[in-house]
Amino acid sequence: MTTTEEHTPGPTTAEIGGVGHSVKRKEDDRFIQGGGQYIEDISLPGMLHLALLRSPLPHARIVSIDASAAEQLPGVVAVVTGEALAAHGLAWMPTLSGDTQAVLATDKVRFQGQEVAGVVAESPYIAWDALELIDVEYDALPPVINPKIALSSDAPVIRDDKEGQTDNSCYQWESGDKAATDQAFAQADKVVSIDTHYPRSHPAPLETCGCVADLNPVTGQATIYMTSQAPHAIRTLFAMVAGLPEENIRVVSPDIGGGFGNKVPIYPGYVVATAASLLIGKPVKWIESRSENLISTGFARDYYMHAHLAVRNDGTILGLRVNMVSDQGAFYSDAQPSKFRAGLFHVVTGSYDYPAAHVVTQGAYTNKAPGGVAYRCSFRITEASYLIERLVQNAAYELNMDPADFRMKNFIKPERFPYHTPTGFVYDSGQYAAALQKALDDVGYAGMPQEKEEARKEGKLVGVGIASFTEAVGAGPSKDYDIAGLKMFDSAELRVHPTGKAILKLGTKAQGQGHETTYAQIVANELGIPASDIAVREGDTDNTPYGLGTYASRSTPTSGAAAVVIARKLREKARTIAAHVLEASEEDLEWEPGRFFVTGAPDRGVTIQDIALAAYSNYPEGTEPGLEGVHYYDPPNLTYPFGSYVVVVEVDEETGVWKVRRMVAVDDCGVRINPMIVEGQICGGLAEGYAMSSMQYITFDEDGNCIGSSFADYLVPTSWETPRFQLDETVTPSPHHPIGAKGVGESATVGSPAAYVNAVIDALLPYGVRNIDMPVTPARVWAAMQEAKAG
Amino acid sequence: MNVTVTVNGVERSGDVEPRTLLVHFLRTTLELTGTHVGCDTSNCGACTVLLDGMPVKSCTLFAVQADGRSITTVEGLKQDGQLDPIQEGFKEMHGLQCGFCTPAMMLVSKALLDRNPDPSEDDIRWELSGNLCRCTGYVNIVKAIQWAAKERATA
Repeated sequence: MTTTEEHTPGPTTAEIGGVGHSVKRKEDDRFIQGGGQYIEDISLPGMLHLALLRSPLPHARIVSIDASAAEQLPGVVAVVTGEALAAHGLAWMPTLSGDTQAVLATDKVRFQGQEVAGVVAESPYIAWDALELIDVEYDALPPVINPKIALSSDAPVIRDDKEGQTDNSCYQWESGDKAATDQAFAQADKVVSIDTHYPRSHPAPLETCGCVADLNPVTGQATIYMTSQAPHAIRTLFAMVAGLPEENIRVVSPDIGGGFGNKVPIYPGYVVATAASLLIGKPVKWIESRSENLISTGFARDYYMHAHLAVRNDGTILGLRVNMVSDQGAFYSDAQPSKFRAGLFHVVTGSYDYPAAHVVTQGAYTNKAPGGVAYRCSFRITEASYLIERLVQNAAYELNMDPADFRMKNFIKPERFPYHTPTGFVYDSGQYAAALQKALDDVGYAGMPQEKEEARKEGKLVGVGIASFTEAVGAGPSKDYDIAGLKMFDSAELRVHPTGKAILKLGTKAQGQGHETTYAQIVANELGIPASDIAVREGDTDNTPYGLGTYASRSTPTSGAAAVVIARKLREKARTIAAHVLEASEEDLEWEPGRFFVTGAPDRGVTIQDIALAAYSNYPEGTEPGLEGVHYYDPPNLTYPFGSYVVVVEVDEETGVWKVRRMVAVDDCGVRINPMIVEGQICGGLAEGYAMSSMQYITFDEDGNCIGSSFADYLVPTSWETPRFQLDETVTPSPHHPIGAKGVGESATVGSPAAYVNAVIDALLPYGVRNIDMPVTPARVWAAMQEAKAG
Repeated sequence: MNVTVTVNGVERSGDVEPRTLLVHFLRTTLELTGTHVGCDTSNCGACTVLLDGMPVKSCTLFAVQADGRSITTVEGLKQDGQLDPIQEGFKEMHGLQCGFCTPAMMLVSKALLDRNPDPSEDDIRWELSGNLCRCTGYVNIVKAIQWAAKERATA
């Protein structure tokens, strides 16, 4: 193999359906016929149903819990309380950030919606009825809602359960070089700032979380069906938390109705259902309602960000300073690599070349739900990308420069890669100016002044917003990345059957990304077996190799790479067998898609299918039979997809209502395995970016009541509000991924919010508005204009 | 109480509590799990089925309200071993990702095309606006329905 071959996909054909072909998805056949098997579709003999009682108060001491009336309701099998769990050491569980979280509250409740008790009954209806009969007496405590107030010295301490915790500080963490940054700022002609809040959001996949726990009291075998994006890691953590022998635990992630980060953590419902099944000896199902999903699991974002950019008058960026306070809720439960405390937020330096940055972060406990999940992003990279892209636009305005020109001037140039950022990332590749130029051309940027002027004549404000994001996705490498100590490699196991068909098993788990198709295409490309002949399996820990799961756009960079490597290894073994079959020497054989042949005699060849049969029936003496192997891939670096999004909006000056005139998205995710699926991922992310920028957020009143606890209040855009998108691409292969691919599932969610908001801010230039916090609702736009008018 | 409905052309019945929602009757009593539940407030539309040909959110009806009526669920779209053009369209145009909203989206689409065989993009987007999708940004769902409309016109 030459170096080039090691980092590019080899040739393929449409019949084989390898890399670069928009093969129709293999998984669709079951979904379009109602044949998907989601968690709620799983029903086992004798199965009972769990419902959870949740706290109506955000902060209160529990005085007493009287469940006697609930226990007497016909059909109720058991009521589980924190006290009962404590007897088994299960009242508290570890979080993925090294904190502890109450499974069922024993001492006090710390957020509205916290789990207080569970009812196990013969039907879900009975379980819900019984919740009404549980009498909990609370002694209300003052709620702490604002994270900045939470960090003041006189705030009530929320986590009095933690030994030595005397305040509401959750973590403090910094990155970059303070002295170098101070020096950069000392040399600046101007310092530009932004102070903005990335509001609390929720991934809200259309399917909520749930599980069916089936612990067999006779065999000790535990099978837990669970909505998990990371079933192997969950199995290990369950073994550690519940003290169950890991070899007896089988976690199965069935079809998952969307994840977006919501289904990475362990939630109390999973633990209570498992404990209940263990104690009762029957399968127990727990399915979250939508309200439960929104108020108690997996919130995202909630970063208060204050940043300064040091610039020269000629538009050169010299340095960046960031102070960020995160609202973590009552338990610190971000799913993130343990060496970073605010995920990958320190990638905040963005797509620009400057020598100094200093990032200071602090987390606060508040009386809100825990979570801190990376909602369709790689560990808090969305917040970082949003901040720098908003800040550079403001800097351009302050310098009277065009925001596109300002970006072009400061982009990291192609010859600077691999590029070492001031906060420690090594960007693998990028051609930022080319992507932005393409987006500008596509959107008609040169015509914008005229378009704005014409709109003004019609009483409309038109604005154009840019975001030129760089993502950092695909964790490992394992030296830097782990979850709860488990290193972030991933795996692929491939077997070619005697009939020339194959099965590929992986440590990741799709939630809609189309893995059954794209992984098959990767192997098809390497082995020449048609993608339609390759079955892909994920999610069952008994039947797949160990892996860390699917989030942070890591499947293609890790398991995808593992699939390439193992397929290439099997191809080399196939060469040995082919030489035996053809009675030729290995050196004399050449490969073309699906076939080895003798150099100079193309008719003397053998197909991969015939080689597969020979691997079980006619292999050379001394060769291990079969055509099968497993590879664990530890990536040498993250991959760094990038792109430029440009949005044109018009704002109604009378009402503050804004709408998207057009939206251009140029993405560069390296080599595209299945262009159709890549574009589908991008469209979905652009819609979610629009959602966050325009309407979708969770907030709280001053008493700690969650506003946004149903789809009536938590606004998810429909087909009617969602803008239309124009996609384009550039291709800069990753220099280290074996086929040059990068992750793509989250680019659009990461990159697009800043583009939408920048466009609205640009439209409001006549008013001099420099910030509106998301979601940029018409009311906020209108208020910003009134405030500016009032001076 | 006994509820009898014609589901996908077959008469089915079951004994349920009066408060049983239609979606639970379909999913639990009749074991037709292609119809999904995505919210508690009738916003998401994942539970949409056709009741006498009209899309309804089956979490918003009691099973007894459907007694004696005719219901189409996703399991009934395929006829005589042939996928409905709507089903084919969703696959051809990549109109689904996680698949959770898909059965409902396809049933809404079918009702639309039965009423309006040549809808504009705005017609389609308006018709779909009672159903949420978190994966696709709706782009390819619209294309899937346009594909199906063309296919039906030439069939």
